[in-house]
Amino acid sequence: MPQLSCQDITLGYEGKIVVANLSFTVSAGDYLCVVGENGSGKTTLMQSILRLKAPMSGQVVTGDGLKPEEIGYLPQQTEVQKDFPASVREVVRSGCLNGCGMRPYYNRAQKDMADENMEKLGIRDLAKRCYRELSGGQQQRVLLARALCATRKLLLLDEPVAGLDPKVTKEMYDIIAMLNQSSGITVMMISHDIAAAVKYASHILHIGNQQQLFYGITEQYLQSELGKIYAGWGGAKV
Amino acid sequence: MTAGTGTFWENLPNLSIADIMNKLAEYFEFVNVRYALVVGIFIAFCSALLGVTLVLKRFSFIGDGLSHVAFGATAVATAVKLTNEFWLVLPVTVICAVLLLRTGQNSKIKGDAATAMISVGTLAIGYLVMNISPQSTNVAGDVCSTLFGSLSILTLTSNEVWLCVILSIAVIVIFFILYHKIFAVTFDENFATATGTNAKRYNLVVAVIIAIIVVLGMNMVGSLLISALVIFPALSAMRVFRSFKAVIFCSAAVSVISATAGMLIAILVGTPVGPTIVAVYIFGFAIFSVIGFFVGLRR
Repeated sequence: MPQLSCQDITLGYEGKIVVANLSFTVSAGDYLCVVGENGSGKTTLMQSILRLKAPMSGQVVTGDGLKPEEIGYLPQQTEVQKDFPASVREVVRSGCLNGCGMRPYYNRAQKDMADENMEKLGIRDLAKRCYRELSGGQQQRVLLARALCATRKLLLLDEPVAGLDPKVTKEMYDIIAMLNQSSGITVMMISHDIAAAVKYASHILHIGNQQQLFYGITEQYLQSELGKIYAGWGGAKV
Repeated sequence: MTAGTGTFWENLPNLSIADIMNKLAEYFEFVNVRYALVVGIFIAFCSALLGVTLVLKRFSFIGDGLSHVAFGATAVATAVKLTNEFWLVLPVTVICAVLLLRTGQNSKIKGDAATAMISVGTLAIGYLVMNISPQSTNVAGDVCSTLFGSLSILTLTSNEVWLCVILSIAVIVIFFILYHKIFAVTFDENFATATGTNAKRYNLVVAVIIAIIVVLGMNMVGSLLISALVIFPALSAMRVFRSFKAVIFCSAAVSVISATAGMLIAILVGTPVGPTIVAVYIFGFAIFSVIGFFVGLRR
């Protein structure tokens, strides 16, 4: 059974359809990249999966032992966070909140998990630093560590390399690939960067013109007309 | 509140330490002065806790808006001769707080416009009602004391003090129980919601708590100055400290110390209580800005 399946979902705002009839599944260990132009509905799709916004029709179903609130989410940075006084440790630990229930404070196991995830992403020595004073790449690692605290199974990444320089972008992609391969975490990522998508992802979902243009494994995408056009540009960003 | 005779500037240079101590001891004989200090310290503590969240969520002006609502409701309560106006003022303010914080992002009237609208609207209605059915001959004086809180904190009854202390303790307990949730919702509402934290519920709790603080705080500094209680401690602490926990504790400490100092100064030299407290907050902010500048240089 797949961890996540979207059955014939239609997304939109205030009665206007953004994208219609999406159907795809994500199984344990997959690395799915969602590509498409600005306004094609990538972010709306992510909001529906996270239950921040209901789809106009159709259903998003989680399975394989994954509860909806156990999806680790890496959002794009918000305006509020730019001057927020918070230490790296405080931010990472806030990912543990879904394991707290009614308990008001984090227990030992959760604090250890936060430390482990910081270790894994190489930010343990930044634990006491202030989040807003870090570089863009370091901030993304902090938010990724927080997402890992919220999940052991599925990560949902919204443009994780937006605004990062090429060297840091590559590091970020390598970290995500490492989490997918050695930690066995399923990855679903929204991206503009088709060259990186076909390089790292196992599956591609391409949306545009208000519909699903392609869904399947990366090898098939590269063979398809669409894949030849976009990936054939050799790293052109859509 | 005027201390002795003479003006502020005449009183100021004549005070020695011994004089100050004697004078304070003399004033502490009065039960009302003790009440005022207790209430002031509790309100200062509560408002500083919540202030950090409100400043970070870009809701600094909500305190101002709500205090005008409370002013309007007080005027109406006085006009219809309610024995205890608190029971009208608190519910009305809570409802407005919930409406204002809820409309935040996706409404037809944007958050800041809604706050401004309710704020000036209730202020005007309140003043109108006070003029139409005046309860005393000195309407201007009444309005001035409601706006700047010149006397009311020194005329509290023991029931009001108890109510204030109990509500303050409730606010503090709720804040510390929900501390991590409030942090998560303030830092990143979408992430918190996506991982199963009911952000709407915690926003509602924050709205109710801030309404309670505003209504209680009106007694201390009056409705025009209440924003100062909410924003100055948070902004001062954020100049120097860089973790949420440190900012919260520093903000509470700054607030309690400034409010106490402000009240003592007001009592000693006979200045109006509200503006004196706010002046001390501004002084505190200046000190923290300087410290923050030097801490920044060392990094």
